[in-house]
Amino acid sequence: MDPCRDCHAGGVAAPAPLALRRHTVAIVGPPNSGKSTLFNRLTGLRQKVANYPGVTVEQRLGKLQVSRGREVDLIDLPGVYSLQARSEDEQVTRDVLMGNMKGTPRPEAIILVLDSTNLGRHLMLAAPILALGIPTLVVLNMADDLEKRGGLIDTADLAQRLGAPVALASATRGEGLEPIAEFLNGALAIPAPMELPVLNNPPACRAWATQVSGQAYRAPAPPLWTKRLDAIFLHPIMGPLIFAVVVVAVFQTIFTGAVPLMDGVEAVVAGSGQWLKQTLPGSPLRDLLVEGVWGGVGSVMVFLPQILLLFLFIGVLEDSGYLARAAVIADRTMARAGLQGKSFIPLLSAYACAIPAILATRTIESKRDRIATILIAPFMTCSARLPVYTLVIAAFIPERNLIGPFVGTRAAAMLGLYLLGFAAAVFTARVLKSSILRGERTPFVMEMPAYRWPTFRSLGLRLLDRGKVFLRRAGTVILGVAIVLWVLAHVPTKAGKAPEIAESVAGTIGRTVEPLIKPLGFNWKIGIGLITSLAAREVIVGTLGTIYGIESESDAVGLQKALQADLTPGGAVALLVFFAFAMQCMSTIAVVRRETGGWRWPAIQFAYMSSLAYVCAFAANRAVMAWLS
Amino acid sequence: MQLSGKNARLRHAATLIDLRRGERGVLDYFDLPEDVALRLMELGFLPGGVVRAGRSAPGGDPRVFEVDGSEVALRRETASRIRLKSARSASGPE
Repeated sequence: MDPCRDCHAGGVAAPAPLALRRHTVAIVGPPNSGKSTLFNRLTGLRQKVANYPGVTVEQRLGKLQVSRGREVDLIDLPGVYSLQARSEDEQVTRDVLMGNMKGTPRPEAIILVLDSTNLGRHLMLAAPILALGIPTLVVLNMADDLEKRGGLIDTADLAQRLGAPVALASATRGEGLEPIAEFLNGALAIPAPMELPVLNNPPACRAWATQVSGQAYRAPAPPLWTKRLDAIFLHPIMGPLIFAVVVVAVFQTIFTGAVPLMDGVEAVVAGSGQWLKQTLPGSPLRDLLVEGVWGGVGSVMVFLPQILLLFLFIGVLEDSGYLARAAVIADRTMARAGLQGKSFIPLLSAYACAIPAILATRTIESKRDRIATILIAPFMTCSARLPVYTLVIAAFIPERNLIGPFVGTRAAAMLGLYLLGFAAAVFTARVLKSSILRGERTPFVMEMPAYRWPTFRSLGLRLLDRGKVFLRRAGTVILGVAIVLWVLAHVPTKAGKAPEIAESVAGTIGRTVEPLIKPLGFNWKIGIGLITSLAAREVIVGTLGTIYGIESESDAVGLQKALQADLTPGGAVALLVFFAFAMQCMSTIAVVRRETGGWRWPAIQFAYMSSLAYVCAFAANRAVMAWLS
Repeated sequence: MQLSGKNARLRHAATLIDLRRGERGVLDYFDLPEDVALRLMELGFLPGGVVRAGRSAPGGDPRVFEVDGSEVALRRETASRIRLKSARSASGPE
């Protein structure tokens, strides 16, 4: 029995230090206050990312063993400026703090994270938080910046006025965290501020903040480096130039820089597959393992380094603060498509994966803009397309220098595909915003955070998280499809032996759809890949790995060579175009349905993207054939 | 709140878009829906507060404004609906 259940249910206002019970503590703070850095610092590898039930705002949870017998569930809530729920992110924060969120117990304590270099404004959030009557620790983050820029805080004085403990800390450096540990260990008390302003009245809250911090706070000098860097990054000529260089550099690096790493993974996969084949006794089970699982999952695993590299770039851009400047530079372009700068960040994350991008659209207050962004996000070249693009480009486009040694033909082809997806997104957004989603443009309001060095810690955690998601997919969806496909390719057996692949069930299915895809330049093998890739795009690579692995006895024949023999140049280009436009991703469809509250939008989206893919692939195939003849 | 000729001229000259880079102004009120105005106030655009125009994207839109210790980017269409106090009342007492 839990001995403390009764005392909790008994309505005791201040929870006594309890043993052997889970405690829920929420981290709250305005955007850019370093909330997540603190969360990462406190929980490290013991965190998991899930979704709140019903809504799709990301829920970041971490477990902490603060002392013997005392475990704390730490929740990192979405950043908010106030507790007025105007966006769905804010609604989630508000619901959790009020105890109205299903499945999440009301936090019994709050860690309020504020930026100490901008205390006057950030303290505005302290008013509604302290008014909740939940034990609160006020963490004034970025203490290192404050000190460097000559600011000062008298924490004791501030704590007295706020009626709550105050800690000056630097989450990036891990300094000043002891009071947080003590707080988590049960040093809780209901806050008793000297006075509180009228809530939901920003001028009153701001005046209160000034009064409270008045003598206890000396504001730091303006951030010199941020000004210097903005003079370059927001320079009328240099700014857009650097923006272009950054985008090109990202693509060039993930395409050529990842090659040695990918070769390494490939060697390991091939080597271990060979070893398995030689070690295990010959049986259908061994063939399933080596050809189905190793051939299918292995060929997708090769792309892990590339995907991690892409997430590393996005992480560096985001954590350093450059992404906000990029959004400003991109806003005019977004406006031409009828979207706003806030759509830029979801759309940029869609280059990694459409799912986090669709979740990120929650920060867009306008419903119309949000749906438009959701509908075009899958056109952005997500990392699941990378394996397909890489394979086809490497097989069909010879590597030559295009602009000196910096940009090669393959990188250029890749960039072209990225631009193609982007163009389709812009085109679709314009169509949507001038027809079914017509509406008034909403204002673009975006805070520019100070530039900071990204930390290895938060980048590492981010990569680990994304790597896990990718591997989990490889271990479930892709593994499942690989096994089913291998079996379908081996039945019906003829006289106890597996049939030729063309005569197997998989081959029959492929042949059935062949007439439909022949005009695009695809044969029945690609047809099987198109069907399996409805689950997820990168599955086609695994599928082709399995199909060609079965067909050719020699393992030395690479997938690229097999494709070269099997596809015309026209078909290859058509395949690239098809993958640029088609919505082959079950997870995305599921997320869109959940986000838009029904099947209507995902159905429209799927039909639209598939038709566009078919028509454009057909045109591309014809164009290449005409050009070559 | 009668608009005399002089007042009209002053008003015409007094929104955020009239500030050139480096120039300061004192915020007066918003010609914007309430929820947008509230969001802007939370970000530091408080009536009576000082705002300074900063750098911008090419073409001057959107532009970054320094306000209450932070920098916030606004589109021209939003900035044009944030009114500034006239120079005279800005320098005088509240």
